[in-house]
Amino acid sequence: MILRRGARWLDDRLGAASVARTSLAKVFPDHWSFMLGEIALYCFVTLVLTGVFLTFFFDPGTNQVVYHGAYAPLNGARVSAAYASSVRLSFDVRTGLLMRQVHHWAALVFVAAIVVHVCRIFFTGAFRRPRELNWLIGVTLLALSLFNGFSGYSLPDDLLSGVGLRIAYSIALSVPVAGSWLAFLVFGGEFPADQIIHRLFVVHILLVPGVLVGLLAAHIGILVRQKHSQFPGPGRTEHNVVGSKLWPTYATRSVALFCAILAVLFALGGLVQINPIWLYGPFDPAQVSSPAQPDWYIGWVEGALRMYPPWEFRVLGRLVPNPFVPAVLVPAATFGLLYLWPFLEQRLTRDRDAHQLLDRPRDHPVRCAAGAGTLAFYGLLLVTASNDVIARLTRVPVATLTWAGRVVLVAGPPVAAVATYVVVRALRDSGAAGVLQVSSGQLAAAVRATVPHRRRRRAAAAIAGGSEGR
Amino acid sequence: MTQGGERPDAGVPAGPRPGAPEGEAGRPVPLRPPRPERRIAAAFGLTAAAAVGFAAVYWLGGQTQLEGVLLAVAFAGLAYGLAAWSARLMPQGPFVEEHEPFGSSRRQRAAFAAEFEEDLQAISRRRFLGRALALAVGTLGAALLFPLRSLGPRPGRALYQTPWRGGAPVVTADGRPVRAADLAVGSVLTVFPRGHLEDGDAAVLLVRVDPGALRPPPERAGWSPDGLVAHSKLCTHAGCPVGLYEQGSNLLFCPCHQSVFDLLDGARPISGPAARPLPQLPIEVTPEGYLRASGDFEGPVGPGFWSRSS
Repeated sequence: MILRRGARWLDDRLGAASVARTSLAKVFPDHWSFMLGEIALYCFVTLVLTGVFLTFFFDPGTNQVVYHGAYAPLNGARVSAAYASSVRLSFDVRTGLLMRQVHHWAALVFVAAIVVHVCRIFFTGAFRRPRELNWLIGVTLLALSLFNGFSGYSLPDDLLSGVGLRIAYSIALSVPVAGSWLAFLVFGGEFPADQIIHRLFVVHILLVPGVLVGLLAAHIGILVRQKHSQFPGPGRTEHNVVGSKLWPTYATRSVALFCAILAVLFALGGLVQINPIWLYGPFDPAQVSSPAQPDWYIGWVEGALRMYPPWEFRVLGRLVPNPFVPAVLVPAATFGLLYLWPFLEQRLTRDRDAHQLLDRPRDHPVRCAAGAGTLAFYGLLLVTASNDVIARLTRVPVATLTWAGRVVLVAGPPVAAVATYVVVRALRDSGAAGVLQVSSGQLAAAVRATVPHRRRRRAAAAIAGGSEGR
Repeated sequence: MTQGGERPDAGVPAGPRPGAPEGEAGRPVPLRPPRPERRIAAAFGLTAAAAVGFAAVYWLGGQTQLEGVLLAVAFAGLAYGLAAWSARLMPQGPFVEEHEPFGSSRRQRAAFAAEFEEDLQAISRRRFLGRALALAVGTLGAALLFPLRSLGPRPGRALYQTPWRGGAPVVTADGRPVRAADLAVGSVLTVFPRGHLEDGDAAVLLVRVDPGALRPPPERAGWSPDGLVAHSKLCTHAGCPVGLYEQGSNLLFCPCHQSVFDLLDGARPISGPAARPLPQLPIEVTPEGYLRASGDFEGPVGPGFWSRSS
């Protein structure tokens, strides 16, 4: 009764009944992979909620204060206000540590969910017309999320993140022509300038989240306007969406997903320690912790910095420092290619039609190979970012591991791409249900189909007639 | 696909499971337990109990692990209950919604273009005014970039200079002067010029090695008295402190990106991404036996930058 009256009151003012009716009847596909983006969305909501709690206690100052609080080993120590308030909110604020750890875990899961979501979109061709716009927005969301993750874990002014900031400063310095100015303007002077924590705080809690909210709204708005794509199946065409209605079935399922994510994040935040800044100690420009690894989503840049050979070159007699290629050009190329992919593929396949039905990954062996090679490259970079830890575990000298890493980084991705191409081709040609159902004969057929005709004939001739075939 | 009605695009049940997932069609649907309500209610009950538990733990002083587990259980109960409610007791599709065609009709586009261009004429006809406007906005935009300059000081010579000068006394991190006699072969110390303990580019790694093992270039013959050798602690790769010294091999390791420097050979990089040696600081022993710098570094310390010439 009250509900009805409230609805009538609103409709008299907004005339929203028919829009609301259509919206509530919006159909969502039932495939699990369509919930990856929702995982990212709900992690973002968790990040905002726990983050707001943290801002009430965090002080981004770099002025030196004396810590007094429940963490005895630091009691009486002179540390920065940022570090002191981070330790205090972990030990002296009830549920503070829980909120901080849930916030950090949510950030890790957030970026992971985005990456897996991008992979799903990529391998199923969901970025094709008409969804190029949402692909561009999505890639921007990924880039901003990486940046906000970095800016966030740099805030507590502990030793680990302080060294990370120093590396960021050196990367800024490495930019040709404008590097020194760039580093000085961003950091407010020569490292360690006392401005950077405060600036990162404003960027982390206001600027980037604001942009993220705007882009998320656009992302979801475009999704609603364009409606979902879907996998092919009986009754599914290029002109419809088959699945569950938003109200009540899908909405309830989605809220259940939100609750499940919160359950996982609170379990992680409560039980699995993360970023124990009180063990790292406060930042000191002359000190460093070992081993030192960043959060996982920065690992690829860290790996590139570690693996890039000791090459520096000169342009017009000026130095282009070593980090420029691995830490500026590689990320620029990464996101450049991500932005361009839908348009590159349109060029290569000459397929400019609108698609509402998704590809199965096997429908496009070349796309799968490109994706697998790319994932192998970044996965290997992530592994090589821990070459010191691997050296410690395996007792192999770190210099050997560095060289092995360089070789694997060059050779691994092409091998992964070719192997993926062959397997995917075998899947497509044989129609097998899954990778494990492909027989060796079908694989061999795919290899034969992969190697170009002429070369195969030449190879056969070489085998048959010795050197005649050359 | 859709059945008639006033709103063909609103979700309408599409008859007997036309969109059933692949492989499922034709198979008998497994019988579901008849009463999911009881389990859903139990899950919600669990949530309420865990919520009370959380509030109690908080009230009694808080305990991170317990709070985390109780909230996790509370949300897990909600998640299970809602998921089961949605899957068992709510309308199951598949429902079908039709796509509206994308792109407007040719007539709509033409109408829009015609109207837009007609109105645009009011602007495009005034060519001169348009150019003046572009000039005004461009200048204003450029002028508004000037405040960015407030963000930091001019780099100037800052990257070339450190607080080290000839005669600067060598002190430890807590400000005590360093006596040459206190350092045995193999000992290592992070030192600073007096009065500059907090500077980012001042840290120096002071190591005493066997004087016979050092292979200094001729122009640096007197820089390391009695095997006391001092190099900038900042890695020439990305500026991390080169924090690890291996006594047996006299190698220095940077823990950030695993660059390795040979201390005996002028701290030359021998592995990892660093391309330049750690700059050396010339030091001498005062008549009283304390250490001081006898000059500045041979070149800029830390990571490379564009304007440096060497």
